[in-house]
Amino acid sequence: MQLLTEITYLMRKDIKLEWRQKYAFYGILLYVILVVFIAYLSFASVAAQTWVTLFWIIMLFTAVNTITKSFVQEGRSLQLYYYGIASPQSIVLSKMIYNTLLMLLISAITLVCYRYVLGFPLIHPWIFLLAVGLGSIGFSLTFTLMAAIASKVGNNMALMAILSLPVFIPMMLMLLALARMSLTVQIDNIEIYKNVLALVAFNAIDLGLAMILFPYLWRD
Amino acid sequence: MSFYFKNWWKYLSGVLIAYAIVMGFLIKVPALPVLNETIRNLFFHVPIWFAMMILLVISLVNGLKYLSTGNMKNDYLSVEMARVAIVFGLLGFATGTLWANYTWGSVSDWLVKDPKVLGSMLGMLVYFAYFVLRGSINNEEQRAKISAVYNVFGFAMFFIFIWITPRLTDSLHPGNGGNPGFNAYDMDSKLRLVFYPAVIGYTLLGIWIGSILFRMRLINEKFEND
Repeated sequence: MQLLTEITYLMRKDIKLEWRQKYAFYGILLYVILVVFIAYLSFASVAAQTWVTLFWIIMLFTAVNTITKSFVQEGRSLQLYYYGIASPQSIVLSKMIYNTLLMLLISAITLVCYRYVLGFPLIHPWIFLLAVGLGSIGFSLTFTLMAAIASKVGNNMALMAILSLPVFIPMMLMLLALARMSLTVQIDNIEIYKNVLALVAFNAIDLGLAMILFPYLWRD
Repeated sequence: MSFYFKNWWKYLSGVLIAYAIVMGFLIKVPALPVLNETIRNLFFHVPIWFAMMILLVISLVNGLKYLSTGNMKNDYLSVEMARVAIVFGLLGFATGTLWANYTWGSVSDWLVKDPKVLGSMLGMLVYFAYFVLRGSINNEEQRAKISAVYNVFGFAMFFIFIWITPRLTDSLHPGNGGNPGFNAYDMDSKLRLVFYPAVIGYTLLGIWIGSILFRMRLINEKFEND
């Protein structure tokens, strides 16, 4: 129960911080809109397969950019304070939940912009939305731990990408496979279940590893 | 005399690798369609990667030991074993691509499309990232701690990429995606007589190289601190 109250407090703190310093969120928003606009200018019209792939590539880099910031806002002394009042598990969990919500919001905004400039070729949008949901969780679970590592190394943006991209590629491939299923007329339910199950399992492993490893990173 | 007794495993590794190379080329192998003589890669590619996995496990165990005890020696051993393991990984990759060139056809058909090949490339990328991460931290204890954390994460990912995802999807690699592993081939288990000694030989060689690198690092650190 203690964990739960800690998580809700930390999350409320994160959301309040974001609300007070809106420029970070607006920065990401502007970034996404610009990237979508560039995609529109460079492609003009795209085939359905490319539409799906391009969306996920945009989401991947947006996620790296967004989640790197997770541990930047708080300085060392503030982190020491959190260390005193909360367990590392609740800190990392609250960051993960917060990042998931943030990624869901950003994906939704990106999808709307994307839909207006590049059309909407999906036949089964719910499969695509399922992939977006699982993807948001996956991005935040994988990248939060990497952001914690990168924040210990002076928030090196290039390092963040190097550390997180190789470990994310398999999940990216699964997400793409799932998202592409929304393009076919005849959907194979078993294939979808298999893919979703694999993604959930992958997310569970990421979550478990983060819960075990984060306390070591946190303790200085 | 005690010198020879203490180092018996080094001689053993030399003898076993020599045996595996000579017998690997001379032994009579079952004549199978497509595979033909390329099955001999079982005595080179597979043992090298087995040795790599064992070295990575040693690296992981030492990383975990560092996290629980904070002894710098564990960190040094962890990074040196990972270094040797990645060299073995590149050798295994080279022998594997050579084999695939004869059995799977044109490189562009499988190099980035086969899940097992892709998984091993990604796994090695994870370890390259591990070395980059180590290189970018100056504080020794921070470096040891952060890289140990990434090592544990990276090993878990490596394991998933190589042993789990190829089994979920279709892979051309023997032992995955419904393809028979070598168990199905050796009717008279003669192949095993060369294969297992090769695994032990390459593993011992890796540990030997790793331990030399480890001791070199210990001496270097001692000089730097004095």
